[in-house]
Amino acid sequence: MEEIKEQVISLPRLGEPAPAFEAVTTHGLLKLEDFKGTWLVLFSHPADFTPVCTTEFIAFAEIYPELQKREVELLGLSVDSVSSHIAWTRNIEEKVGVKIPFPIIADLSKEVSLAYGMLHPGQSKTETVRCVFIIDDKQIIRTILYYPLTTGRNMDEILRIIDALQTADANAVATPANWRPGDMVVVPPPNTQEMAEERLKQGYECVDWYLCKKKLQSK
Amino acid sequence: MACISPDGKPTESGTKMLHALEPGFGSPEEIAEDTGLSLFRVRSGLRELAQAGLAKQKDDKYELTEKGTGLIG
Repeated sequence: MEEIKEQVISLPRLGEPAPAFEAVTTHGLLKLEDFKGTWLVLFSHPADFTPVCTTEFIAFAEIYPELQKREVELLGLSVDSVSSHIAWTRNIEEKVGVKIPFPIIADLSKEVSLAYGMLHPGQSKTETVRCVFIIDDKQIIRTILYYPLTTGRNMDEILRIIDALQTADANAVATPANWRPGDMVVVPPPNTQEMAEERLKQGYECVDWYLCKKKLQSK
Repeated sequence: MACISPDGKPTESGTKMLHALEPGFGSPEEIAEDTGLSLFRVRSGLRELAQAGLAKQKDDKYELTEKGTGLIG
């Protein structure tokens, strides 16, 4: 396989628009803008028919219903061909009984991989590393995760991040370490002395004026 | 092509979208709701149907062409 010679100059950054693309996928030609209005988890895997990637695809398929409840779509990517993707996903269904319900980009030209900084020649000169881009409904990059070739991703953490981001957006709050849905959330720190004093009278659970938590009203 | 087979016939999802356009103009959101298909698939599929001359776009909505109507008639 041809070695990657291109150098990635600038990686996408959090809070910036996700790089636009038009790509051949197992569900036809898709553009990033086709996902506007829904959240998107764009993820890359090193190669079809490889063991860790197979376990990840099964795991992504398993969380797909949970993602759908959160209005999140999944889109995979590797530098393999559509025929390879089809053969691999059919093999997974045949051997494991798991249908892969989401599209996979066949990025043979590496255009999308390069735009998203998915190629790390220090890890592999020919394959994409395990990247996860969580893109919101306005197509802004909200989270970027990189995993090495040897480490399969944690689906629970991907769901947790989406829950945390959507909760933060809906309630203008932040979430503390190891937060789970239903846990207390962090109230944004006050900007003035007056707000700091008022904060302490508002019935929040405060360690001090700068660290206050509250329970969200359940819907 | 996801909605048009290599033999030029619409696939199952393509046919669903064409039927959803039978009553008249439809937006991708409306077609997604009618067909139960994901919005991204509908957007991409309608683009394909339009390229194949089976549907045409006006502003944000699509309608069947004569060719499209003939295919599902």
